[in-house]
Amino acid sequence: MTSVLYDTPGPRAKRRNVIFSVVFFVLLALFLWWIWKTMDDKGQLKWDLWEPFTTSQAWTTYLLPGLANTLKAAAISMVIALPLGAFFGIARLSDHRWVRGAASTVVEFFRSIPVLLLMLFANEFYVRSTDIGSEERPLYAVVTGLVLYNASVLAEIVRAGILSLPKGQSEAAMAVGLRKGQTMTNILLPQAVTAMLPAIVSQLVVIVKDTALGGVMLGFTELLNSRSTLAANYANVIPSFIVVAVIFIIVNFILTSFASWLEGRLRRSKKGTGVVLGEDAVEINPAAVGGGFGTGGEGGGPSGFTFTDKPPR
Amino acid sequence: MFDFLEGYDVLGAFWMTVKLTALSALGSLVLGTLLAAMRVSPVPLMRGFGTAYVNIVRNIPLTVIIVFASLGLADIFGVTMGAPDDFKVQGFRLAVLGLAGYHAAFVCEALRSGINTVPPGQAEAARAIGLSFSQVLRLIVLPQAFRSVIGPLANVLIALTKNTTVAAAIGVAEAAYLMKEMIENEAQTIAIGAVFAFGFVVLTLPTGLLLGWLSKRLAVKR
Repeated sequence: MTSVLYDTPGPRAKRRNVIFSVVFFVLLALFLWWIWKTMDDKGQLKWDLWEPFTTSQAWTTYLLPGLANTLKAAAISMVIALPLGAFFGIARLSDHRWVRGAASTVVEFFRSIPVLLLMLFANEFYVRSTDIGSEERPLYAVVTGLVLYNASVLAEIVRAGILSLPKGQSEAAMAVGLRKGQTMTNILLPQAVTAMLPAIVSQLVVIVKDTALGGVMLGFTELLNSRSTLAANYANVIPSFIVVAVIFIIVNFILTSFASWLEGRLRRSKKGTGVVLGEDAVEINPAAVGGGFGTGGEGGGPSGFTFTDKPPR
Repeated sequence: MFDFLEGYDVLGAFWMTVKLTALSALGSLVLGTLLAAMRVSPVPLMRGFGTAYVNIVRNIPLTVIIVFASLGLADIFGVTMGAPDDFKVQGFRLAVLGLAGYHAAFVCEALRSGINTVPPGQAEAARAIGLSFSQVLRLIVLPQAFRSVIGPLANVLIALTKNTTVAAAIGVAEAAYLMKEMIENEAQTIAIGAVFAFGFVVLTLPTGLLLGWLSKRLAVKR
């Protein structure tokens, strides 16, 4: 048995576990039967409603363009947010108090505001102050909201990464005569980013999920929005939700698997490449450094206000 | 300067946000604790269910869940949450259901990481004096686990506060809903944005500071 909470079950415990299993199975089966029956009663199980997903039309007209927009918004946001986040993360570690203060204010401000408010605001701002066409505007607004929010989260990830490096790294750099900027760009940042890569990839999941907000509130034609057009066309509310949820799960599952593969790889090659972090530092995940503030809502790790603490083990 | 606020119930909208947050937090805490207990239980079926729930729910956008609660659960499954005629109440309760169900997955993960902080020796000692699984969990492990996960739970709570804005997608009249309405009708986009941003800073910053302080104070020193 792997758990410390219970021993390898003896005869009595085995019997009890079987009883629990049976009771739980019955409850679960009743629940699933209720779902099945209600769907049947409401005609949501009819083949007509599921058939569109076996034809190419539903995919090429609705789902794939929606998915493409979702991924496009997520990719653009990530590409802009990453350098911005690195910039603010480094600025928060500056030796000059006013740079530190300004960067901290910006980061803390955008981190404590819901991403939806940022998107709504950006949308209205673009309506009033720019001549971005109404076709393109939702994408711009979604990307703006996501960039502002996620750059501040990434800033914390980068900051935590740099802080987790052994002090000797910058001391050695100083000893061989590198300037502050050189130390940061040549020594600290590459190591921090390598170590933080899994956390950064995980942040992508949050971004992908948050694009759905733009679909409902701003009319951005991402996957969830395409779903409603599709459901209006085929009158298949439940099937369309299930298919869209499955697509999101698959995309995010691929991203999470990639992140954990990357983490395992970095952990294994710790001696080989430039990653010199100790055991504790590698465990820092996006949640631990405040990724939990997003619509992603990741929990875990220490309080968002003490980023340098070790995550609980 | 702030006369554009007249005619809008900004405080009422934020009160709705607070109500959503409080009820969903309570719901997700109960559900999340149950899920965490399932995930560490000796019954494989329960463990499997807990794992499946967390991994599925975490990867679906909250927006999809909330919109499904309205279009799927209420309209198709007939889940009216005890308010079949009052759509405002129904929307509110569905939003709470969706938010609680979504964040329960994160509460569960936080708690599980807390359970891992309890040294195995303690659980072994508890078993050695003859405590059962539920006694070990209730008396020894969970009290310590809760104290060590106040920080992560604070993160979940703050994320939850901000995520209540998603309820605007199904017409719950909370802060984001009112902000959308206001910036469409009024000219002072920036001032309105500032008011709502300030509101959320006021809601989330003290929560984070208070719980951060609490988590340091209550942490089990080892």
